[in-house]
Amino acid sequence: MTPPRAVPPPHRAGSDVPFLVVMGGLGGSYVVLIVALLAADLAFTSPGHFAEALRKPEIQAAIELTLVSCTVSALLSVWVATPLGYLLSRFAFRGRWLVDTIIDIPVVLPPLVIGLSLLILFHLPLGGTNLEELIQRRLGFRVTYAEPAVVLAQFAVACAFAVQTMRVTFDQIDARPEQVALTLGCRRSQAFLHVALPQAWRGIVAATTIAWARSLGEFGPILVFAGATRMRTEVLSTTVFLELSVGQLEAAVAVSLMMVLAAMGVLGVVRLAGARVAR
Amino acid sequence: MIELDQLAVRSGDFEMSGISLAIPEGAYAVLMGGTGQGKTTILEAICGLRAVTSGRVVLNGDDVTRRRPADRSVGYVPQDLGLFPTMTVRGHFEFALKVRRTPRARIAERVSELAGVLGIERLLDRTMRGLSGGESQRVALGRALSFRPRILVMDEPLNALDEATRDRLCELLRTIQRETGLTTLHVTHSRTEARSLADRLYIIDSGRLTERPLTELAP
Repeated sequence: MTPPRAVPPPHRAGSDVPFLVVMGGLGGSYVVLIVALLAADLAFTSPGHFAEALRKPEIQAAIELTLVSCTVSALLSVWVATPLGYLLSRFAFRGRWLVDTIIDIPVVLPPLVIGLSLLILFHLPLGGTNLEELIQRRLGFRVTYAEPAVVLAQFAVACAFAVQTMRVTFDQIDARPEQVALTLGCRRSQAFLHVALPQAWRGIVAATTIAWARSLGEFGPILVFAGATRMRTEVLSTTVFLELSVGQLEAAVAVSLMMVLAAMGVLGVVRLAGARVAR
Repeated sequence: MIELDQLAVRSGDFEMSGISLAIPEGAYAVLMGGTGQGKTTILEAICGLRAVTSGRVVLNGDDVTRRRPADRSVGYVPQDLGLFPTMTVRGHFEFALKVRRTPRARIAERVSELAGVLGIERLLDRTMRGLSGGESQRVALGRALSFRPRILVMDEPLNALDEATRDRLCELLRTIQRETGLTTLHVTHSRTEARSLADRLYIIDSGRLTERPLTELAP
């Protein structure tokens, strides 16, 4: 009789706890940083500072211009980003990579450079005149150092993010139903309007809110292209800068927190829309 | 009638050429062949969704090779159905008729007629969410038939259905085709399906498309 073979001890995989602790520790540190920043702001300010800041006519004007300019630039961004995102997603045209790269420029470029470039574009000599003069003469309003410059500076950056969102949105929408719509007698425009666009509404909401939030945070290009004239081209991001520069730290923090609240509201809308946004 | 005359198609690395067939008016043709042989590509070329590099597509005597999909009047049921996620079943049936500016009363008439034939009257106001496989197939079929095309092409329409549903739909396809005299091209892997439907059998293998006698389908 052969002796019974030794049974190997059953396999035990060991604990997952160390893994989860390391991952959670590394990842959580960033969450802690953000919470700490907000908590510090909150600890520094008081309802009194808030009320005081809100009473200043300059800040009231800045809030108004911020809300209007962000909304206009967000709507403009989506108006442009929806067709561009659709074209880039659905058509493999020659030179698409080039368009792709060009659209990404505002995303990777320092925003200040965009402002500077806008300034140069509008004042570049153009057959004895320049774009700024031409617009003033033909359309009767100023752009540089005026409200339109605020919107344009915001739009120039925000639109790039809206295009990315819309492109991802249309990439995730199956193209087959639009093809079937074509066989059913549609023009491409009808397939877009009746089949693709109704499926894209979550992406449109996401793109609008992202463009709005980017516009809210825009500072460099506005400073360069629109200036920081109180009661005229001052938006909340410039308010923070202006208040800081005159030593009004409390007001700067109060305004910063207002922007945090606005940004959180916008993010809430994105989450509610349930949009899957790539960036 | 569906005629393909020395058709050549290229997309990316995939290439096929010398594809010819002639399906007579009112015939039910079944096209079989292995995966990756280009069956879907042939259907797409007939619908106008795939550009052809050479050769001709002639439908009911008209050379439509350079015509847009919208101007070919081919009913198309793709393999993944391509249903409209934001529309109701009724919306699907109305779609092609609205595009053609058909009067409202005639659209309503056609919708209830289609729903009756397909047996989905009670689903008309449902969206695509929660429809079963068989119900979805009926919606895709009804949408393709809504504008009364004279040609119907279907890409494995009965795939992924249980056997009972498949049999019922086979029967339905046969009835519809008999009553409307549609010229039909039906792509399938299933010999059973081909046996119960085909008037004509085409096989594509190694890039060659040939007509075969129906006796090849005998069990």
